[in-house]
Amino acid sequence: MTMRHKELPFDGDASSSPSSTVRAKKPLFNRSGFSWLGHLILAIAVLATAIICICLGSVNVPVKDTVDIILKSLFGLHQSSDPSYVSIIMSVRLPRIMCAALVGAALSLCGCAMQGLLKNPLADGSTLGVSSGASLGAVIAIAFDITIPFLPLAGTMVMSIIFAFASLIVILLLAYKLDHSLSTNTIILLGVIYSMFVSSIISLIITFASSKVKHITFWTMGSLSGSNYKNVIVLLAVLIVCGIALLRRAPELNAFAVGEDNARSIGVDIRRVKLEILISVSVLIGVCVSIGGTIGFVGLVIPHIIRMITGPNHKSLLPASVYFGAIFLMLADLAARTIASPAVLPIGVVTSLVGAVVFVFIFFRSRKGA
Amino acid sequence: MLNVENMTVRYGENTIVKAISFDVLEGQWLMLVGPNGAGKSTIVNAIAQGVPYSGNVTFGGKDVRRMKPSEFAKNCGILTQTHNVNYSFTVEEIIRLGRYSYSGGLFAKSSSNDDKAVEEAARLTGMLSLMQQSVLTLSGGELQRTFLAQLFAQNPKLLILDEPSNHLDLVYQRQIFELTREWLAHSGRAVISVVHDLSLAKKYGTHALLLHNGRIEAFDTADKVLTRANLNTVYSMDVYAWMQSQLTIWKD
Repeated sequence: MTMRHKELPFDGDASSSPSSTVRAKKPLFNRSGFSWLGHLILAIAVLATAIICICLGSVNVPVKDTVDIILKSLFGLHQSSDPSYVSIIMSVRLPRIMCAALVGAALSLCGCAMQGLLKNPLADGSTLGVSSGASLGAVIAIAFDITIPFLPLAGTMVMSIIFAFASLIVILLLAYKLDHSLSTNTIILLGVIYSMFVSSIISLIITFASSKVKHITFWTMGSLSGSNYKNVIVLLAVLIVCGIALLRRAPELNAFAVGEDNARSIGVDIRRVKLEILISVSVLIGVCVSIGGTIGFVGLVIPHIIRMITGPNHKSLLPASVYFGAIFLMLADLAARTIASPAVLPIGVVTSLVGAVVFVFIFFRSRKGA
Repeated sequence: MLNVENMTVRYGENTIVKAISFDVLEGQWLMLVGPNGAGKSTIVNAIAQGVPYSGNVTFGGKDVRRMKPSEFAKNCGILTQTHNVNYSFTVEEIIRLGRYSYSGGLFAKSSSNDDKAVEEAARLTGMLSLMQQSVLTLSGGELQRTFLAQLFAQNPKLLILDEPSNHLDLVYQRQIFELTREWLAHSGRAVISVVHDLSLAKKYGTHALLLHNGRIEAFDTADKVLTRANLNTVYSMDVYAWMQSQLTIWKD
């Protein structure tokens, strides 16, 4: 027996053109992903922002000189520009801006992935307390001189990653225990409580590790002032590995964003995918925190704004979050360097100022059921 | 097709489903009926691997716990009771998720088979004209039809519907059941549904499983299970008399 459409009660729809409705020609970007040209345009936007941010600061360097210095350094050619410009750009601004771009991309990607996984637009490393957890790991590593032989930065980094993952697991287990649906209120409340708990432990450690107070304070405020090329390489490597792990899970994140039961029903390997996403997110946040401290709200603000443009489909949302996360943090860093020049603000202060306002906006919007 | 053997489900101290066994064969439409708390939805959740259970569930002779999730999805598709979508996915995006188990990785493009399956499912459920609409703007009935379309696009051999007529008015209730009956008419398919409406169970079910306090009260063809004696025992009221009194209201 075959399906007899004419006998079914939905014939009114037959007038729609299925070919045009189901599969439209792909523009530069749409809800189901980016074309190669779309990626190219966004990559150029990131590059252009980077150049602008490298040019501007306490000393403004002309664009032409900036590009010339970077290209000549890249190809090992003799520099003809002002030596002070070369020093400013190659030793200070370039690694800093690259770190800002990579941290911004990573944090934004993490926020986007967590918001999909938990079906909650307010989930983010900072609201869930994962960043605080990672900070605690870094602070413990600094206070107790936990290092790995031959890898001076790795002790802090590994501790950050472990504490980020452990924090995520603790918060999610508590949230599941209290409220199986992982509602917004439960998660935010637990995140706040956990962050306060962690802050008090950090304060306790600072009290007993007074000789390292200045260094530890850095983690609590978030700053990219100490960025160097080693940081860039570590960030880039981790972003490539974990970023690809998250980007390839776009279909599964769509399924989770609809609901975990639905994801299971359509054939998603729930445990494996969840674990893969949580590990990737923890590693990314751990590394970002160990390098830049607690830079809050990037993962909350960027995916939310991007979702309003691209829609919630993670095939476009995840890559767009990477690009715009990079752009956002580079601009935030520019603001941090220039607003109160010659003083340099911690970048975490700028992102938190912007993020807190957007957070309130999102919260009110979600409470109104928008 | 599906065989459930000695299934027991516990939530903490409470045993919700107590050592039940039943099977579903090709062409059958098994109605799970019983009062609230009898364990109907729990059985569905356990088959869907959503809650842990003891005992065995096999599909085509293979233990479903040993199946890959994508293999399970190609065999069994489950329509849950409620759908709380927070994000503004389009109807098409939700339906297309039904093709997940057929997809081939990050760079795989959706095949023409996927497109056809999505289009066909949307047409069958009457969602074709709403394909680009946000699911946040849909009525409860439209949302239920969207997820049913997802299930049709998934094209499993066994449909498991947990109260499929939830949120649906009478017109769509009838349409969903008629649609499912049409779907079942293809060879190699079967349906299990949880229903509260005993009239729908009697009208559409080929078989029925009557549950009471987590145990099977009766399991056979729908006519043999949905008898006055069985229903009166389980519901502690004269169900037949109640049903007939309902009908008399509508006499001209």
